[in-house]
Amino acid sequence: MRKLLPRRRLLIEGPGAWLAAGGVALSLLMVLALLALIAGRGLAHFWPPDIEAVTLVSGERFAGQPVREQGLPGQASGSERLYRTGNRDLDGDQWRWVEVNAIDTRTTPEDLVIIERRRWGPFIGRLLRLEGPEAQWTASDGAALWRELEERMARVSQLRHERDALHNHRLEPLAEHVDDSAMSPSEEDELREIKARILALQDAMQRDHVVLESLSGQRLELSLEALIEVKRPNAMSLLAKLASWGEGVWRFLSEGPRAANTAGGVWPAIFGTVMMVLLMSVLVTPFGVLAAVYLNEVAPQGRLTRLVRIGVRNLAGVPSIVYGVFGLGVFVYGIGGSLDSLFFADELPSPTFGTGGLLWASLTLALLTLPVVIVATEEGLARIPDSQREGALALGATRSEALRRVVLPMAVPAMLTGVILAIARAAGEVAPLMLVGVAKLASQVPVDDEFPFIHLERKFMHLGYHIFDAGFHGGDVQAAMPLVYATALLLVLVIVVLNLTAILLRHTIRARHVVQAHR
Amino acid sequence: MADETSPRQAALHEVVQDIPREGRCFEIEELSVAYAGKTALSGLNLYVPRHRVTAFIGPSGCGKSTLLRAFNRLHDLNDDVDRQGRIMLEGQEIHAPEVDVADLRRRVGMVFQTPNPFPMSIYENVAFGLRLQAALPKRRRDEVIEWALESAALWDEVKHRLHDSALSLSGGQQQRLVIARTLAVQPEVLLLDEPASALDPISTLKIEELIRTLKSHLTLVLVTHNMQQAARVSDYTAFLEGGELIEYGATDTLFTNPRLARTENYITGRTDR
Ligand SMILES: Nc1ncnc2c1ncn2[C@@H]1O[C@H](COP(=O)(O)OP(=O)(O)O)[C@@H](O)[C@H]1O
Ligand SMILES: [Mg+2]
Repeated sequence: MRKLLPRRRLLIEGPGAWLAAGGVALSLLMVLALLALIAGRGLAHFWPPDIEAVTLVSGERFAGQPVREQGLPGQASGSERLYRTGNRDLDGDQWRWVEVNAIDTRTTPEDLVIIERRRWGPFIGRLLRLEGPEAQWTASDGAALWRELEERMARVSQLRHERDALHNHRLEPLAEHVDDSAMSPSEEDELREIKARILALQDAMQRDHVVLESLSGQRLELSLEALIEVKRPNAMSLLAKLASWGEGVWRFLSEGPRAANTAGGVWPAIFGTVMMVLLMSVLVTPFGVLAAVYLNEVAPQGRLTRLVRIGVRNLAGVPSIVYGVFGLGVFVYGIGGSLDSLFFADELPSPTFGTGGLLWASLTLALLTLPVVIVATEEGLARIPDSQREGALALGATRSEALRRVVLPMAVPAMLTGVILAIARAAGEVAPLMLVGVAKLASQVPVDDEFPFIHLERKFMHLGYHIFDAGFHGGDVQAAMPLVYATALLLVLVIVVLNLTAILLRHTIRARHVVQAHR
Repeated sequence: MADETSPRQAALHEVVQDIPREGRCFEIEELSVAYAGKTALSGLNLYVPRHRVTAFIGPSGCGKSTLLRAFNRLHDLNDDVDRQGRIMLEGQEIHAPEVDVADLRRRVGMVFQTPNPFPMSIYENVAFGLRLQAALPKRRRDEVIEWALESAALWDEVKHRLHDSALSLSGGQQQRLVIARTLAVQPEVLLLDEPASALDPISTLKIEELIRTLKSHLTLVLVTHNMQQAARVSDYTAFLEGGELIEYGATDTLFTNPRLARTENYITGRTDR
């Protein structure tokens, strides 16, 4: 629609040009390497590797998934290999370093299983028997054993679902109600009945057992209730492995964390990150736009305005932890404390708003990103030619009408640019959040079906903090490491998606409101 | 100074006497305007006759635009502008406290040097001023918009694409659109600040034709640096230089028989003074 003049450029030749090109190549390479590393390590985590049955020269046998190999520390030759052997309850550790020279044979028998358990991490070994009350199946039953196992595990998860529903929707509301007032006899009956049903369900979940045996010969009997997933990677076709990979990714995205954040999924953290960023955008946009409009359209353009503008620009450079301290002091202790003593006095001393939470974290980040939004909006406003303002006024518009109907709509793309920059900055911030509301493990996400549906006072999980916590605070570093990569990749993706949404929005609006070019 | 002032006043006096008092749309008395202390207009006295085209000519920077922007109080936006003197529109001082500026600007429309359509559809551009006032039923609004575009000689070119972006029009069409959107709110006066200086000859001709037809029911004030244009379309011409009114008279007289040497020099393009 409008033609662009060919850009006039300074052409540098010789070593200068090579230096400049090299700079670009280096930065590009670094970004790509970073992405490749976290994507590779993060995504590989969900691939089910074969389980090796290893016999050592000493005659000892064990089973495990090879993780990586490295040179022997302090020696010129030889190397050692790390196996994930599971069975932490039997061996005391689920990792094992083995000198490659000490290995006699390695095979991959198809009957080796890896079982994700609710406690003690994975089990690796053989499934000997499945025992039900009426019958039992052994390895010699072949496919029938596995089919039966699958059916019975599905039954357990169905029972678990029933129990959880009973617990959350019947027992808890009743217990809460009973806390407040004395129990009536009918309520007592109801409570007793629900408790009995829950116990019955739990008993039913314990009905079936499996008998397992590790390669070192130790036996283990587990109720199906304790199992999460049973896999035989050695027997899987490539397609089955791919399906298992997809399922792993999906569970990582959709489930909550387990085992002190070193296993399981990150759904609450994704949810918390997105919620916090959205709330932050909703809070920062009106304030930023109002401030920019005041600075650019209303305030007399004197020395004071210039000073304020410089101040705002410099606020963008204040370290984020400083905002965290401010948020803790002013929002959490100051405002939150007063709110508690005014409206939630009967809950005290346990704080409601007087502790970190979603609202305070979003507000703190809104404050942190306010300068970005102000600056971007102001630049957008300054780009609108005066002739547009005068055109509106000359038609009999008042100043506020000219602002509302001509200037602000034309500045919307610039505002969205500000919000995009704000999102990019806020979604990656972790330091201030640690002071104002992020949680290592939040039992409830901040949105549910309970009135008022969005619980701004709740603590929340955050991908950035999850990386920090899983990587450096969990006991099992080897187990946490791939999760750290996967979570890092996810954080990058979440930020990209949030930004793309805003960019798309800006594009749509721009197409509708073509900004007139300067002439 | 003194010996130059008196013949000029006399020259002005003659023109002023030609226009009966009821024929005066704007009356300006002792108008001075300064930007941050720098004088742009000093002690101007002049009448603008109703339903005529009055042209302001003069070298660049002589204060033509400044004068024009005083007519609809656009200077109010700029805190640095200092204005002295009186401007009467139909006998009423436009700076009087009871005058509503927005209403004044609706009565005194203005078209700028560069076309400045809003980045909206053609329809919405013309509807802009209407929407600022009491709501019209859509049928009535559509009629007004058609009439305005018709008056601005643009209707035939855009009637099938009213909802296209105004920015898709050519420069000349954009300028006529701006005129149409000004006409839509039915002003009494139309101020035109070099409306054709950014346009090609054909578009310029169209605008000039338009000016001639509009004067039947509008008072027009035209700023131009193009002497032929002033001669072609205006009934009266005022020559300004250095922020002062040098000569003002019927266009025929001023161009064929200027009273002052300064005017003649400017008209004939001689710069030696
Ligand atoms: N916004 C402004 N601020 C300061 N000085 C101005 C401004 N607009 C015009 N001037 C000055 O006032 C004088 C008259 O300008 P203007 O009325 O635009 O002249 P013209 O339209 O006749 O070319 C010029 O000297 C110009 O530099
Ligand atoms: Mg001018």
